[in-house]
Amino acid sequence: MKPAPVDYTAPDSLAEALALLAEHGFDGKLLAGGQSLVPLLNFRLAQPGVLIDLNRVRDLDYVRETAEGGVSIGAMTRQRTLETDPLLVERAPLMNQAAPLIAHPQIRNRGTVGGSLAHADPAAELPVVAVALEARFRLQSHAGERWVDARDFYVGLMTTELAAEEALVEVELPPLPPRTGCAFVELARRHGDYATSGVAAIVTLDEAGVCSAAKLVYLSAGDTPMTAAEAAQSLVGSELSSESIRAAAAYATTAEIEPTADIHASAEYKRHLAGVLTERALLAAKARALGGAG
Amino acid sequence: MIQRQRVSVTVNGRAYEREVEPRLLLSDFLRHELDLTGTHVGCEHGVCGACTILLDGEPIRSCLMLAVQADGLELTTVEGLTEDPEKLHPLQQAFWEAHGLQCGFCTAGILMTILPFLKKNPTPSEDEIRLALSGNLCRCTGYQHIVDAVKLAADYLGEESS
Ligand SMILES: Cc1cc2nc3c(=O)[nH]c(=O)nc-3n(C[C@H](O)[C@H](O)[C@H](O)COP(=O)(O)OP(=O)(O)OC[C@H]3O[C@@H](n4cnc5c(N)ncnc54)[C@H](O)[C@@H]3O)c2cc1C
Ligand code: FES
Ligand code: FES
Repeated sequence: MKPAPVDYTAPDSLAEALALLAEHGFDGKLLAGGQSLVPLLNFRLAQPGVLIDLNRVRDLDYVRETAEGGVSIGAMTRQRTLETDPLLVERAPLMNQAAPLIAHPQIRNRGTVGGSLAHADPAAELPVVAVALEARFRLQSHAGERWVDARDFYVGLMTTELAAEEALVEVELPPLPPRTGCAFVELARRHGDYATSGVAAIVTLDEAGVCSAAKLVYLSAGDTPMTAAEAAQSLVGSELSSESIRAAAAYATTAEIEPTADIHASAEYKRHLAGVLTERALLAAKARALGGAG
Repeated sequence: MIQRQRVSVTVNGRAYEREVEPRLLLSDFLRHELDLTGTHVGCEHGVCGACTILLDGEPIRSCLMLAVQADGLELTTVEGLTEDPEKLHPLQQAFWEAHGLQCGFCTAGILMTILPFLKKNPTPSEDEIRLALSGNLCRCTGYQHIVDAVKLAADYLGEESS
């Protein structure tokens, strides 16, 4: 199908884009990579009055080191960049493990970090990565800016903290502690499809090899990225033995996630799958924490 | 009334200028405004890959961009592979010889996906080829002959550059 009539403007500064967003309110829609928005326009599921294209705003495309040793990523950074960026490989390897799992290269060449995070699809990889890495997002409007933690940003099914006149402009990732390992594991029916189930696992070991912090966050497991806080907490103080990992996976996937059935899989199957993936992710994260490389 | 907007774009090295409605998809712009009908349209939601073209040398879905967004940009479509219709590009030659197509609907998108892929990875393994093809649907061939064609194309392009 074809989009309904719509007006289009392509400002070349963020200030101008934010002024336009304020002027048009709910009738205006930011256009980033277009890889989710244009299909919605084509199906006429979205019929905004005016598209405000961010692709000419050049200074939102960057990956930089922060003063604290973490990383900040501009909203218009293409998903393709996440796969190979050397700073991310070093500081936030979860990002480049997850990025190749998003759709196909043809989609990632256009799709942006900000677009995926703002679109808030519960099956998407990047929101899960952001929550797992305890990212914070800089939201900016013509009137000012505020920072929101990723875990507070996702409030419901495809619903976020963003107000109509706000844009997500930057993602900040704190540095990971030493002896931390990450893994992103998912299963999709075909490579490039949205995943049936997936999990990000992060573990930190102390000098004796005992787990001092752990994190488990799931996609396609509820309306938002789903954090299994109690299962992760149960791993702290353990040496991440197979038994403790199996018990945490079982608890997380029975008590802390809420997958729903779709045409491809029942909720029960998704829980089972999430459990299998959790075990794999935790073992991989542990190996990386021991190996020193995130 | 929504104003039409001017688009100046370079396609296959040639400059074009048109006035279009902002809602016009780039895929439709190429086909209906520029008569470059080699780019095909299947699903219009990014899934099938038939509309794949190159933007600054990288593959993208032309059904997920508006024509107005392409203003000032450089595109390559399947027509840009060869200037002389009598002389096929090595990639086309390989697809012809290895029976890499039946109806041909998916072919333009596959060629525009594989061209930059082989540039980056001139000697791919079969697994890498299959992964590279995973964003393009073909309803006819069962893919086996497409994989063979890509292997043959890699040989031809390798011979050409050595
Ligand atoms: C075939 C196909 C398969 C896909 N598979 C996957 C997959 O497996 N995993 C996955 O995660 N994604 C997948 N996607 C979606 C893809 O990752 C999109 O790129 C992403 O969801 C949206 O990013 P975008 O930059 O394209 O945003 P757009 O489509 O331009 O925008 C999406 C929404 O976010 C808003 N928005 C954009 N940028 C901002 C901003 N800076 N501030 C505030 N609001 C903003 C827009 O107004 C719009 O509402 C797939 C897409 C396709 C077409
Ligand atoms: S028509 Fe563009 S991907 Fe199918
Ligand atoms: S040859 Fe017919 S769709 Fe591929």
